[in-house]
Amino acid sequence: MGILTPDPGLVFWTTISFLTLLFLLRKYAWRPILRALKVREEYIEFALKDAAQAKDDLDGMAEKKRQMLNSARLEREKIISEAKVVRDEIIQEARDKAETEAELIMSHARENIEKERAEAIAGIREQIGTISLDIAEKILKQELSEEVKQESVIKNYLKQIEFN
Amino acid sequence: MRLFVTILLFYFSMFSFEVEASQKEVEDFDPMDMIMHHIEDSHEFHILSYHNSAGEKIDIALPLPVILWHEGGFHFFMSSNFARGEEIISLNDSDEYIRLYHEKIYYTDSSGRINYDEQGNIANSKPLSFSITKNVFSLFIGSLLIFWIFGAAARKYSKRGGLSVPKGIQLVVEPIILFVRDDIARAQIDKSKADFFMPYLLTLFFFIWINNLVGLIPFFPGGANLSGNIGFTLALGISAFIAVNVFGSKEHWQEVLTAPGVPFFAKIFLVPVEIIGLFTKPFALMLRLFANITAGHIIILSLTSMIFIMRSIYVAPVTILLSLIMMSLEFLVAILQAYIFTLLTSLFIGMAVNEH
Repeated sequence: MGILTPDPGLVFWTTISFLTLLFLLRKYAWRPILRALKVREEYIEFALKDAAQAKDDLDGMAEKKRQMLNSARLEREKIISEAKVVRDEIIQEARDKAETEAELIMSHARENIEKERAEAIAGIREQIGTISLDIAEKILKQELSEEVKQESVIKNYLKQIEFN
Repeated sequence: MRLFVTILLFYFSMFSFEVEASQKEVEDFDPMDMIMHHIEDSHEFHILSYHNSAGEKIDIALPLPVILWHEGGFHFFMSSNFARGEEIISLNDSDEYIRLYHEKIYYTDSSGRINYDEQGNIANSKPLSFSITKNVFSLFIGSLLIFWIFGAAARKYSKRGGLSVPKGIQLVVEPIILFVRDDIARAQIDKSKADFFMPYLLTLFFFIWINNLVGLIPFFPGGANLSGNIGFTLALGISAFIAVNVFGSKEHWQEVLTAPGVPFFAKIFLVPVEIIGLFTKPFALMLRLFANITAGHIIILSLTSMIFIMRSIYVAPVTILLSLIMMSLEFLVAILQAYIFTLLTSLFIGMAVNEH
């Protein structure tokens, strides 16, 4: 059969063409194309990894943010409660101080009043004494103007002295 | 729209066959002869035949260069010198003559006698021919086409860089290249070694595919039964044999030649079988591609011949429809055979180089 006998000419040309094509394409087509595809694949892989990394980072940051917010809230509460305590203390202190102060003032005032009153009473007493002496002088002058009365008084005193 | 154009194209192709065939019909149409003429190689590229107003048959054909190696020297001349086998050409002005007989060049005497042996085969010897035949011409067209397509694609890749979105021709070649790389090479060969074979496998795949497609074009620059020629597939089979065996690992050869872990009496049978297997694998590749493509061409030509065998125009629609179906199938076969050849080659390479 003619078609089953290979023709050496065609084998030769096919080999030449195939090898030429292989070397030319390897240099000018397959290398650049395969390199470009590899670069793209690596880039995509890298980008995917990067994206995953970024997502992880973002998640970490969100977590961090949450933690920070939480701690800030706790801090705030702590500060507020501390402030409350301090405030209460200050108020208490102020109140105590005011009370003692007030007491002090009051006691001073009381002492003063006492003193004043004592002084006033002393004054009154003196006055009353003088007035009484005046009155007594006046009464005595009136009473002892008559001889008879003078005698009876003397007698009376003498009587009293006798008792003693 | 595309479908419409394709169908139109097919109709035209059928038309061109019809024209060619109808001339033969006048001279008592022989389908076997017509088909074999189309399947076999030729020293001229036939373009068109018609009958002029005077009723003479006019053939338009592209003459191709003949290159012969004879007695330590090359002889160049155009195939038109043969005048389709009418002329007998003398080499070196000596008493050695050659003539073209059924598209083959034979040594002959001055009268151009063709001798036959007892089996009826031609006994004349043939000179060593490196002629640019129809198939070689088609081969060059296919090769240029491949170089042009992938050169353009590579230029685009180099210019636009690997990171840009593929555009134009890149979109056409990239999925196929990726398919060859990922599903053919890397699926069979260890990844570290697959890249080394990539240029070979890619070239092999596109070489077969594009030449198959050029062979399916029904008019002038195509239509040669190149990838259905045993010479073409033999060359590719040899390339596969070399690719598999030259790069085979030490363990692979050990396994082939010593069949470890097998009892001795089995080794006696197994080792020869393995050694024969080294040759049958590329041989099967060679025959598979040859048979598939030739069969496709024969079927399409037979369907077209139906019109002239039946001598009725009413068969034409059926024939055209069947041819259309066959042609579509051939387009599938074109890529399928390229895929199978490349896949099996990479499978054999994988068996030879992979570490177990």
